[in-house]
Amino acid sequence: MAAQALRHTPLYEEHKALGARLVDFAGWEMPVQYEGIKAEHEAVRTAAGLFDVSHMGEVVIKGPQAEEAVQRLVTRDVSRLSVGQAGYAAVCYDSGGTVDDVLVYRTPDDFLIVVNASNREKDVAHFREHTGDLDAEVVDESDDWALLALQGPWAVELLQLFTETDLSSIKYYRYEVGEVEGAYAVLSRTGYTGEDGFELFVRPNDAPRVWRLLIEAGAAPVGLGARDTLRLEAGMCLYGNELDAETTPLEAGIGFAVNLDKEQEFVGQESLRREKEEGLKKKLVAFKVEGRGIARHDYPVAVGSETVGSVTSGTLSPTLGEAIGLALVAPDVEDEFEVVIRNRPVAARTVPLPFYKRDKK
Amino acid sequence: MAIPEELQYTKTHEWVRREDDVATVGITEHAQDELGDVVFVELPEKGASFGAGDAFGTVESVKAVSDLYAPVGGEVVEVNEALNDAPEKINEEPYGDGWIIRLRISEEADLLSAEEYEKVLEEDE
Repeated sequence: MAAQALRHTPLYEEHKALGARLVDFAGWEMPVQYEGIKAEHEAVRTAAGLFDVSHMGEVVIKGPQAEEAVQRLVTRDVSRLSVGQAGYAAVCYDSGGTVDDVLVYRTPDDFLIVVNASNREKDVAHFREHTGDLDAEVVDESDDWALLALQGPWAVELLQLFTETDLSSIKYYRYEVGEVEGAYAVLSRTGYTGEDGFELFVRPNDAPRVWRLLIEAGAAPVGLGARDTLRLEAGMCLYGNELDAETTPLEAGIGFAVNLDKEQEFVGQESLRREKEEGLKKKLVAFKVEGRGIARHDYPVAVGSETVGSVTSGTLSPTLGEAIGLALVAPDVEDEFEVVIRNRPVAARTVPLPFYKRDKK
Repeated sequence: MAIPEELQYTKTHEWVRREDDVATVGITEHAQDELGDVVFVELPEKGASFGAGDAFGTVESVKAVSDLYAPVGGEVVEVNEALNDAPEKINEEPYGDGWIIRLRISEEADLLSAEEYEKVLEEDE
């Protein structure tokens, strides 16, 4: 096969040494699992797990008109973000369809936008296309950073062993710049698992040392397989599943990240306003399978003999032991429908999100 | 990866143990390892008949769905009902308690010896 060479994160050798199963993910050779998805999932829910998410992109928007640029690019009103704060947002096309879902950080001078690996090049082009008239620069700094996520009920205590920054003072969706055992680190209290924890932006050269430190202190290495089951239980969207160019953030149920009344116009705002007035063309629902079987991505959703949508994500929830999923369906679909599993309709019922919520201390 | 000498194999990673005209069928240690944690098995009904190479069920891990193919043709005389509650047996003992069905053989097929199956695995790598 004349496949293009896969990219490696700075932690590639660590994954190999831990015996990870490596797969092609958006052009990156990434660990899908080490010990096994169920064990890794449980480690994050009950103790602490460490993820390499260095494949994700870091795009910095800088310059005198950086804020105007970011306001135009994302659905959230970033004027409400204070320095040191992060906010979840969508990036839209004029049509309202979704380019990406991102985290926007306000830094003292600039904005940092953390983007999905699969969308990095597309996002950078989109950012430049829509901000060319402003005095702002779009800089792809992805290769300058490694990104580790330490997640789980023990994550904060474990990380505190190696940093002088008082982690308890950092609130959810806030960050501070500090050090982890002497390595420069941006310590961000964010994650994609439904657990407490931190995401650590470190320099590529420091990444293997920080990784080993946390593993030796007891964090379980966790691959992309458990990352997916964890985020699904927490009811978080995955670009390419719940979100794509044909799906708006309102349809995908992330309207909380969209400020339709934002004064400065963002790309797609008009379309989203119109959609809100006229009514959504489809809606995201969370469901549990009531019969036997597991719903999977792309399985049809039916009511009687009529196909009314499709499953965007589905798995057997390791925490609940039940088949759970998300689906995009016609807006008039009610609480009960069928998921068509290999030509067999199986009863399913909607449930409120998230599927799993941690006990807050 | 264990490939017991006394069993026969398919390129689709099922194994067969023959006792008179009954074939016990499961998936190989390699197959369960590739799948990862097995969380669901869809089994056929007792009495159902399958031709050699027909899909007779599915095995699902957290991430993947994989069809099961009948290595030989025949009627299902027993299914491993224990897998409904404990599908992880396929991971734990793929050649033992993780067996999947028993078929009364009515159609033979070319199966691989342990040595031949090992070569298939080497070629896959």
